[in-house]
Amino acid sequence: MHPCRLISAVVEHSSGAGLAGQYQLSNLRAIEAESIHIIREVAAEFERPVLLFSGGKDSVVMLRLAQKAFWPGRIPFPVMHIDTGHNFPEVLEFRDRTVSELGANLLVASVQASIDAGRSVDEVGPDPSRNRLQTRTLLDAIAEYKFDAVFGGARRDEEKARAKERVYSFRDEFGQWDPKNQRPELWSLYNGRHRAGEHIRVFPLSDWTELDVWQYVGEEGLDLPSIYYAHRREVFRRDGMLISTGPYVNAREDEEVVETTVRYRTVGDMTCTGAVESSADSVDDIILEVAASRLTERGATRADDRVSEAAMEDRKREGYF
Amino acid sequence: MELLRFATAGSVDDGKSTLIGRLLYDSKAIFEDQLEAVERVSTQRGDDYTDLALLTDGLRAEREQGITIDVAYRYFATPARKFIIADTPGHIQYTRNMVTGNSTADLTIVLVDARVGIVEQTRRHAFLASLLRVPHLLVCVNKMDLVDFDQAVFDSIREEFTAFASRLDVADMTFIPISALQGDNVVQRSANMPWYEGASLLHHLEQVYIASDRNLIDPRFPVQWVVRPKASSHPDYRGYAGRVDGGVFRVGDEVMVLPSGLTTTVSGIDTFSGPVEEAFDPMSVTLRLADDIDISRGDMICRPHNRPTVGQDLDAMVCWMTDRPVKVGDFLALKHTTRWVRAVVRDIHYRLDVNSLHRDEAATSLGLNDVGRVSLRVTQPLFYDSYRRNRQTGSFILANEDNNVTAGAGMLLGPD
Repeated sequence: MHPCRLISAVVEHSSGAGLAGQYQLSNLRAIEAESIHIIREVAAEFERPVLLFSGGKDSVVMLRLAQKAFWPGRIPFPVMHIDTGHNFPEVLEFRDRTVSELGANLLVASVQASIDAGRSVDEVGPDPSRNRLQTRTLLDAIAEYKFDAVFGGARRDEEKARAKERVYSFRDEFGQWDPKNQRPELWSLYNGRHRAGEHIRVFPLSDWTELDVWQYVGEEGLDLPSIYYAHRREVFRRDGMLISTGPYVNAREDEEVVETTVRYRTVGDMTCTGAVESSADSVDDIILEVAASRLTERGATRADDRVSEAAMEDRKREGYF
Repeated sequence: MELLRFATAGSVDDGKSTLIGRLLYDSKAIFEDQLEAVERVSTQRGDDYTDLALLTDGLRAEREQGITIDVAYRYFATPARKFIIADTPGHIQYTRNMVTGNSTADLTIVLVDARVGIVEQTRRHAFLASLLRVPHLLVCVNKMDLVDFDQAVFDSIREEFTAFASRLDVADMTFIPISALQGDNVVQRSANMPWYEGASLLHHLEQVYIASDRNLIDPRFPVQWVVRPKASSHPDYRGYAGRVDGGVFRVGDEVMVLPSGLTTTVSGIDTFSGPVEEAFDPMSVTLRLADDIDISRGDMICRPHNRPTVGQDLDAMVCWMTDRPVKVGDFLALKHTTRWVRAVVRDIHYRLDVNSLHRDEAATSLGLNDVGRVSLRVTQPLFYDSYRRNRQTGSFILANEDNNVTAGAGMLLGPD
């Protein structure tokens, strides 16, 4: 199997196939066209869309697609980061640089501010995480700014509850997702109709896989936070994951801290995102590594999904990303 | 690498989950942590074997009840193609899910149990694939290992299916004898069936020719968004962003804009990566036109001598998708290409029995999962083609005006 083969041409010419063969898009250009179509539909039909930007690779791809959708016009909606206060510093630096280069309007909704205002309470216990607290901050920001469409970078290949979610995912006045009562979604005719107070989560990368994202990063020459590439870091092993030492999480007495060469497959909180041992320091090396990996990116690196068989479904029902 | 979308329908008994599990496993698209999770749950439940259906049944309710209730999308790739599977349940109460899964499919796999032969569900799956005009139908006669890989069994099923399918509108039909459980003819050609000379299932999926399935004849460009940067870098720029929903547009082409009927020429085709000379289905581009004419979202750009039908009276096959039935006189919201309009149901000609294809002309309403022929009148003219000719400009969705849920899916009938 060589699913990692890179295709750089926009149009593939297949020999002897006649006219139709000439007019054939590669997989990447077909899903790109589909995503741009979705982003334009949202901008046209909603009053106040917003694009969630974490600085992770999926949101970087989504931002590029938004840029393409309206070029040479500017992106006609703001970009919002749900800031847990437990971010990798490299990712925050990247976020600010990227957004300012683009001239986009960045909003930051802070979990710490929600805690200070008494809207959320930090978890207690052995491994506290602010993962779940993001939902309250996100829903408050949606209400405050009256957003009616919220772009997220989630992909269906990431997780089994997400595999069932629509491109346009309806949320009721409590921000809840009802997986058993989803709107049928046919062709590319999206139904964004909603009442005041309700909103739609929109996932333009639904049909992208992790490999597609990396191939696109390579073809488009997109910048990513440095932690996606191999680097030296002090880590310790917890629940089979390599957790970085840092200001928000400390190794316990029985957890040995070692310095090793790692990279991150996903970008989340420092408290719940694990690194993988890797020497891949270029996009091409990462594509080879992803193609050969026998673990999903979330299974390998996210403690937040390991809580139970339905951890993601339960969080999504409450209004999570 | 090309993209192929295919739909499957069926219940656990058909071996559908086993088949998908095998395709994913053999193409290395199932990961160790997913497999471990499935094995853990199977063991906890006391299953005799690892239930690969748990890989696709992502919702808590599905795992608890051991059923698939919704469309699940799965992804895998080989060196030749990337595949998106729309995996749907097969029972009649999930007709709407099958319709959804088939709406974007290039190919549909219909599974037949070799021991049982063609049953009601087989006919329904084939009918829905033809109703949604999926260009390729692939009939997999499964569990061949349980009939001693007997060619006579396969031949008789193929004959019976072909006779039935002659009543349907299926462009391309292929039959493959397989054993999903043992892997015969799934990825590799089977040594147990030397009498079968065709391709393995995976090979067929990699090779089936899909490039000419789109409409590359009739240029159609529904306008999604008007690009007007009003920036110093592009002070007078005005472009029309959208997706090509049929045909090919080239710089210099004479085009007509509907509903105004004004004609002009394409002066440029822009993308973020630079201008292109031509754009074809399904590219998302921005068209610039030589003349300054009033164009907004919902308008259609086509060719003066190749226009879609313009009309307010629609005749369509409709699949109903919500509990509250639809009857003559009901008002609904209707979305076609980039346009929302109001529609009133003028007539329900008949309800189709999706198992027997019998037409019930006495029907006065369509309920959940019903399919029927319906006439609608809409508030503004639509620019449409028959669904037969163009799946994008020939389709629409209906939504309830009060609770906004997507209530129906329509396929337009036309002169051709």
